[in-house]
Amino acid sequence: MIEALRDAMDVMLDRDPKVLIFGEDVGYFGGVFRCTAGLQKKYGEERVFDTPINESAIVGMAVGMAAQGMRPCVEVQFADYVFPAYDQITQEAARIRHRSNQMFSCPLVVRMPTGGGIFGGQTHSQSPESLFTHVAGLKVVLPSTPYDAKGLLIAAIEDPDPVIFLEPKRIYNGPFYGNHTGKSVTWASHPGGEVPEGHYSIPIGKADIRREGTAVTVLAYGTMVYVADAAVEQTGIDAEIIDLRSLLPLDVDTIRASVEKTGRCLVVHEATRTSGLGAELIAEVQESCFWHLHAPILRVTGWDAPYPHAAEWDYFPSPARITRALHQVMEA
Amino acid sequence: MTETPKLTFPHPPARPDQSPDFSAIEVPEAGILDVPPLDLTSIDARPYANGMVRVLNDAGEAVGPWADYIADIDAEALLQGLRDMMTMRVIDQRLLNAQRQGKTSFYLQCTGEEAIGCGFQRQLSKGDMNFPTYRQQSLLIAAGYPLEVLMGQVYSNQLDPLEGRQLPVLHSSRDYGYFSISGNLGTQYIQAVGWAMANALSGDGTIAAAWIGDGATASNDFHSALLCASVYQPPVILNIVNNQWAISTYTGVASGMARTYAARARGYGVPALRVDGNDYLAVAAVSRWAVARTRAGHGPVAIEWFTYRVAAHSTSDDPSAYRPKDEALAWPLGDPITRLKDHLVLTGQWSEERHTQAEAQIRDEIIALQRKVEAEGTFVNPKPISPATIFKGVYAEMPPHLRRQRQEMGY
Repeated sequence: MIEALRDAMDVMLDRDPKVLIFGEDVGYFGGVFRCTAGLQKKYGEERVFDTPINESAIVGMAVGMAAQGMRPCVEVQFADYVFPAYDQITQEAARIRHRSNQMFSCPLVVRMPTGGGIFGGQTHSQSPESLFTHVAGLKVVLPSTPYDAKGLLIAAIEDPDPVIFLEPKRIYNGPFYGNHTGKSVTWASHPGGEVPEGHYSIPIGKADIRREGTAVTVLAYGTMVYVADAAVEQTGIDAEIIDLRSLLPLDVDTIRASVEKTGRCLVVHEATRTSGLGAELIAEVQESCFWHLHAPILRVTGWDAPYPHAAEWDYFPSPARITRALHQVMEA
Repeated sequence: MTETPKLTFPHPPARPDQSPDFSAIEVPEAGILDVPPLDLTSIDARPYANGMVRVLNDAGEAVGPWADYIADIDAEALLQGLRDMMTMRVIDQRLLNAQRQGKTSFYLQCTGEEAIGCGFQRQLSKGDMNFPTYRQQSLLIAAGYPLEVLMGQVYSNQLDPLEGRQLPVLHSSRDYGYFSISGNLGTQYIQAVGWAMANALSGDGTIAAAWIGDGATASNDFHSALLCASVYQPPVILNIVNNQWAISTYTGVASGMARTYAARARGYGVPALRVDGNDYLAVAAVSRWAVARTRAGHGPVAIEWFTYRVAAHSTSDDPSAYRPKDEALAWPLGDPITRLKDHLVLTGQWSEERHTQAEAQIRDEIIALQRKVEAEGTFVNPKPISPATIFKGVYAEMPPHLRRQRQEMGY
């Protein structure tokens, strides 16, 4: 996925002279996850550069640049570090188009690695997506394959509005099915690892049905798409797995069509439960599909506690928890 | 003997039950500072950051090297500056009254600070962009912004280009170099740096001007902006309007033991000057110098405009609760309109009679215009904009969930 993201930035730097890449360690070094490796060398320091360790400055500069016609695509080193920039993202970038009645706009992308499963502790593991999906004016994207990562990042850079681009770092190097003691798998063995050369984009706002089924709809995104898939395989239940990809706007049509077909729904996300995206998904499904439902909608999420270090695998939603929830939602 | 650490809590020189006291403010003589070279460094900026550029002396004469620097600004241009400031003050008075009459929800005056925006704007060129605070409406006046649009915004009526989205005085105009005002303090200081970086990258020759009040220099964005301006050297002027008060909070709570805000900028490697903000000629001179420096690629510069907030913070504020009522009269730098008028009278370019006449004329014009603007709707006599407009421009293209919500609203 790292190469796919780099390729997306490479394509856009090449196509559009207004595209700029900056953030902590992204320039000469190429980023702590290597997503921007080689880009400064290829495009020069005026296009790809290092910044002070100051997230509000990174996004604040990007807001001014975007308003003046540039297309900044900035990196926040970990989603856990985004909070100093929260003011600039939610009160400024998200609102400039609206509050100026379209005199100014703010086409920028904030990329950040999100989620756990890497023994990162409290400050390298959080999943703050719902803190952004709650904000009018933002788009929030979270891909789960290298193919989607490239197509969606290109779409995000080309989008006329600010996009929060969350990268599930647990699957940067390959899919993860929830068994941390198992053998790691690379993207080479997965069809989603196939990434075409050159420019292509995937529309923001469209979910992807990752496994077709008729018994129950599983709504997931990022790493959880794979963990849910492993659980479904274990149970043998004919579940339909929807990879949301775009968390704002949501592809309500795809979700609704699936739940109307299956009559059951399970939501899975790594983020903490209370007021998480799952609450919004469940409300949406309940409002639009209530008369099709055979059972209460369930969710498997991270616990409402700070992300632990040593007890990570008791926190991270496991295939076992998802399996139990699948049985429960099928029994009712 | 040992001493125990004790905290300090800065206090203003006087509270409501006391006499105004500005004895601690040092007012340097006018005309004593040279005009530095355009490539002034932060190290060499020390006398400018700790001193104060002043052109008009107590007698009303324009003196010293900065006066010579703008000797080509003729009587007509100075009279235009005077008219700009007078227009600004009348508009402030009229719109304050309108708020008191319930015709709008809120207003915020810049009384006493008119010279700063009026003098600065006249030195900018088309394409340059201000990132103002809510107290820089004077930039719009001097930019020739249509006054009916300015007033229409305050009434959120049919003439408001923002269609009622924003609080009164949070104007926005790309064409007149006035970036959309957030209302959150400080945030736009760093955005101006980013905008100026884009100017440098595209090589279009334009510059950006950031604005912040003394109180908001405490915000992280102020420090971010100075740092990033120092790191990347974009063409940005970092203005600090030190009007002594942040709502009820004394400026000392933002400055701490620092002597001037300008000196603080030097710590980031950004050259800085402190200027008598109530002296239109000093404002014009330093603005011209800063614009020339910045446009010529010598990097950022910070300017502390030393002034006094004569009016309340806003219509929601009552300063008699925290400072002496007559403090403004004791302000050692006087009133910007009176000082420029006195100078023009002294040099034979203006007279008291003509001034009185001009005052009445401007007032009549503004009142007539205000009637026309109020006919397009006020809070008392509303001509509502369609509420469906709240869904317009949240995104470039309306996503399905907003379309559904607009339908739910009935549109």
